[in-house]
Amino acid sequence: MFPAAFDYRAPSSLAEAVDILRQRGEEAKVMAGGQSLIPLLKLRFSQPALVVDIGRLPNLAGVERKDGHLRVGALTRHVQVESNTDLRTLCPILPEAAHWIADPLIRNQGTVGGSVCHADPQGDWGSVMLALDADFVARSESGERTIKAADFFQGPFTTALRPDEVLTEIRIPLAAHSAGAYNKLERKVGDFATVAVAVQVEMNGDKIAKAGIGLTSVGDRNLKARDAEKSLAGKQPTDEAIAEAARLAAAAAEPKADVRGSAEFKRDIVRVFVQRGLKTAVARARGGQ
Amino acid sequence: MAATHVHGGIGESIKRKEDSRFLHGKGNYIDDLALPGMLHMSILRSPHAHARLKSVDTSAASGMPGVIAVVTGELMAQHKLAWMPTLSNDTQAVLATDKVRFQGQEVAAVIAETRYQAEDARDAIVVDYEVLTAVTSPEGAKTAGAPLIRDDKENQKDNHIYHWESGDQGTTRAAFAKADKVVRLHTFYPRCHPAPLETCGCVADVNGVTGKATIYMTSQAPHAIRTVFALVTGLPEQNIRVISPDIGGGFGNKVPVYPGYVVATAASLLIGRPVKWIEDRTENLISTGYARDFHMTGDLALDKDGKITALRVHLDSDNGAFFADAQPSKFKAGLFHIVTGSYDIPTAHITADGYYTNKAPGGVAYRCSFRVTEASYLIERLITNAAIEIGMDQAEFRKKNFIRKDQFPYHSATGWVYDSGDYHKAMDVALDQLGYDELRKDVEKRRKQGEVTGIGIASFTEVVGAGHGADFDILGLRMFDSAELRVHPTGKAMLRMGTKSQGQGHETTFAQIVAEELGIPAADVAVEEGDTDTAPYGLGTYASRSTPVAGAATAMVSRKLREKGRKIAAHLLEAAEEDLEWERGRFFVKGSPDKGKTIQEIAFAAYTNLPEGMEAGLEGVHYYDPPNMTYPFGTYAVVVDVDKGTGQVKVKRVVAVDDCGVRINPMIVEGQIHGGLTEGFGIAFMELITFDAEGNCIGSNFMDYLLPTAWESPKFELGETVTPSPHHPLGAKGVGESPTVGSPAAYVNAVIDALSPYGVKNIDMPVTPDKVWAALRAAGVSE
Amino acid sequence: MNSVSPNLDALARHVSLKVNGAERSADVEPRVLLVDFIRTNLRLTGTHIGCDTSSCGACTVLVDGTPMKSCTLLAVQVSGRSISTVEGLAAGAAMSPMQTGFHEEHGLQCGFCTPGMMLVGTALLEHNPNPTEEQIRWAISGNICRCTGYMNIVKAIQHAAAIKAEAVKAPKPEAVAAGGGQ
Repeated sequence: MFPAAFDYRAPSSLAEAVDILRQRGEEAKVMAGGQSLIPLLKLRFSQPALVVDIGRLPNLAGVERKDGHLRVGALTRHVQVESNTDLRTLCPILPEAAHWIADPLIRNQGTVGGSVCHADPQGDWGSVMLALDADFVARSESGERTIKAADFFQGPFTTALRPDEVLTEIRIPLAAHSAGAYNKLERKVGDFATVAVAVQVEMNGDKIAKAGIGLTSVGDRNLKARDAEKSLAGKQPTDEAIAEAARLAAAAAEPKADVRGSAEFKRDIVRVFVQRGLKTAVARARGGQ
Repeated sequence: MAATHVHGGIGESIKRKEDSRFLHGKGNYIDDLALPGMLHMSILRSPHAHARLKSVDTSAASGMPGVIAVVTGELMAQHKLAWMPTLSNDTQAVLATDKVRFQGQEVAAVIAETRYQAEDARDAIVVDYEVLTAVTSPEGAKTAGAPLIRDDKENQKDNHIYHWESGDQGTTRAAFAKADKVVRLHTFYPRCHPAPLETCGCVADVNGVTGKATIYMTSQAPHAIRTVFALVTGLPEQNIRVISPDIGGGFGNKVPVYPGYVVATAASLLIGRPVKWIEDRTENLISTGYARDFHMTGDLALDKDGKITALRVHLDSDNGAFFADAQPSKFKAGLFHIVTGSYDIPTAHITADGYYTNKAPGGVAYRCSFRVTEASYLIERLITNAAIEIGMDQAEFRKKNFIRKDQFPYHSATGWVYDSGDYHKAMDVALDQLGYDELRKDVEKRRKQGEVTGIGIASFTEVVGAGHGADFDILGLRMFDSAELRVHPTGKAMLRMGTKSQGQGHETTFAQIVAEELGIPAADVAVEEGDTDTAPYGLGTYASRSTPVAGAATAMVSRKLREKGRKIAAHLLEAAEEDLEWERGRFFVKGSPDKGKTIQEIAFAAYTNLPEGMEAGLEGVHYYDPPNMTYPFGTYAVVVDVDKGTGQVKVKRVVAVDDCGVRINPMIVEGQIHGGLTEGFGIAFMELITFDAEGNCIGSNFMDYLLPTAWESPKFELGETVTPSPHHPLGAKGVGESPTVGSPAAYVNAVIDALSPYGVKNIDMPVTPDKVWAALRAAGVSE
Repeated sequence: MNSVSPNLDALARHVSLKVNGAERSADVEPRVLLVDFIRTNLRLTGTHIGCDTSSCGACTVLVDGTPMKSCTLLAVQVSGRSISTVEGLAAGAAMSPMQTGFHEEHGLQCGFCTPGMMLVGTALLEHNPNPTEEQIRWAISGNICRCTGYMNIVKAIQHAAAIKAEAVKAPKPEAVAAGGGQ
């Protein structure tokens, strides 16, 4: 199984990359680590005329803390997030989610930016970024713009990025007394999620100041469970409040039956995982920082 | 003395002789072969499960860069090669000419300079299909008005292939009429696939001048394949050389002849250059030998004391578009009638019907001795359900109904003669190793705390090592096997076999048999298999038959040479033959242990200093036709926890006690058991080939056809008992498949035991979280 | 010539890699997969193809010491980098600790997954010289073995770790030199 022929460019600077995309963005596919794109090329589901390999661009990999934010470079590999020990207290949902992405070898090469731009509804990072209310920084020849996570994912394999744009960075707001959790049901290592739920909470005393909930594999894109998030704001994390949020999140899911299970099954797993995730996140937020 | 230097005999866990080339990346698998001028073939396959072929337009493809030829069914038909026989006496399309009958069926093939070019041109072939209604189950196949799948066969008026029976209907019916309790289980053993890590492939090299066809092929049975090729193509058999190189796993997948082999050979013949065809993974999963796909209903009759009085089974077999089961030809449902298992069941009656469907053909024994796996699964699931239904402990119920040690050789209700067994002992060892009584108490305690946990047991009996040849044949070829042993003047030896290892360690195990029987150290015995020009004829390696049949042949040929060696030793020692005694590796004069000749000295003399009139050399061949099958058995026990929230099953422990008779290399035997238990785990929990209503295959790559990784796979605790086979020269039985045959029921029984407090009686494999979740929620259990 | 088919020669790129310590290069189309480059262009056939979907790890190589799936990398994408394959594990006929571990513990049967497993194990021990069973199982979870049930692969990697630990304790010049196969 081999790809159909394509042309290939590997720009060495961001300026060169956006210049190529300005000219040929419509017929091009941008490749970061290639772990989502290359399988599609091999299956010939995707047959672009041009592959723009941004894997060699400098200064786009790594996670750093800056201006109250975490800045995750688009070319940061999953393994860099997974093995970053600082993140385990600073933003535990990130290494936890990274840990369950694909398999160890793919995590060595696949990137956070490539994964979110691929926008697979079964992808993990999208839900995490929705729960974290992250911002996506896109660059084109006309400049830089910021896209809210909630606006970024527009449908299956479709994002708000224009063909002439490249994602450079993801900005994640950091708050004190906050933490998250990622729960994923997969059939085996390397499988996409049957269902996964990202939960992030910010505590204010014994109350939840703010909650973020993202859902994986239960819609045509990663979903943000807004009603469930709102229901928690200002509430104590009692069993009742958590159960209500879980119920609302399950109601917001739009699962489809497939070989992994019925829609009812997936909806109920959303409920179970929101409950589990909230309990873990609250405990972590109280315990840490 | 000499014997102390001999090592690698039976019972020694010597390291494998074949390892070195694999460890250095120097294995010689089919895709590693590159011949001068070699071309590459890519096959165009049907996207539809059932469609009439209206036209195949190859004009664009033919003109593309690097393309040498495009082969269609029409072209194959001109050479009378559009159809070929299957291993079950049916016919199978090589390239479609009239209809396509399953998704993935071979329609055309491109031969090009590179594989990239072959695939580019393949995508440029334009096929016009008239889509027909697909049949995707036996239920659908027998529906009135169902589309006729095999309209190519003159006398085929419906989709029914065969009806087959075993046992005694009258006595069984009478026993059920008197039963105090009848336990019924309807279960579906789903379609799965052996999925060896290396796909199938070949390099066909037909020499246009000599007419010699050399076909390198991933075949578990190269000799039988050569004969089939001779019959199909009309080429003289001496002009066909099949070479099986190193094989990256087989598990039954590499027994049949696949259309790709035939097309590549025809293409090489037509073009005059070698042609390589290597399946991609999707081709492997959607078109080559699937396994199982049995819909089974079993009834167990019990008396009031919990003794089984009769067994009745009906099954519908989903055989796909062509009846291509790889199995002994006399048995339409394989050896399924071993279904009475380890139990003393006075009477049984089995009926089976096979149906054509619009699914891939195959019916191969995925790490199984011809449908023994389905049989073992059914009886072991039935036994656990019966125990639960009558409120008796699973282990206790089994022990109550086991065939007793003193009943062997045991004549079963379906006509088998079990060679040897001690089922109670294997059970006791397993229960002891598990700490069953304590664990049972723990389960009860944890259940009271709301946990969902259970223990499953399966006590399987297998039937492996086909033949005897009078009963077991494939297309008339009797299921013997062979060994040819040639001892060189320096006392080193070459052993050639009719079998073909796919990772089982034949180069070590068979050398150890020679080491044991002839005293030549295993390290000095080179073992070769897989080249039909050099190896003696054999039926191949599958159905756990290599040790029972070819292993016996090795012992017998070694003994033949030993007897010639006795004559030579007598000559060298100037002693009478009857005055010589044998110890491993050496003859010596009775009463004078210092006066002796080693096998190496004898071998040298066989070429240099023979008794007057004796034929030179020390070599021989033995074709072994086993008098009976061997019947390995064992008890497996599995402990599981179930997550009430998600339905996920966690396998906590697996205890596996196997009795395969005498173990030749215990390390290799244990390795086989580990592997089989893992494949059994995969089948029980994740491996599945399924189809949607249109006949689209789901499970067509490794993202959908799930194989367990190290992370999911359980750790295994092995135990053993040894009950030698009385008729095998070494007392050995087959083992490679026992764990795949026995373990699926143990895994599922553990889940059913865990869910039994909620009245759950069955979950069909694979036992996935959604099915367990549904069972829990239906019982009102949630998180 | 078909006008819609791309001019493949014009697409070709120069790929230059260090493979097992030796500089290797060729002009290939961008679509050529690293695994195909290694197997077909370099004729190093110890790196295998088991699936097409990044699922099995039979094609695992080390890229600058990190295990990756060479079926899901373009050759051109890793041009300029350093690749280690199974053929580079041994120093001549002397097996590396990982190869010895697999032999001693019966960590292979058909041998098809073995190169990938050994390379992952080798990389694992580089940054975690004494891994637990759980860490080993996690590390090899991107690689499928159909034969062994993984039990003996775990033992093989532990065996290699023990050999390496022993070598560190009592360093012999030749044992140290044999380590990298560079």
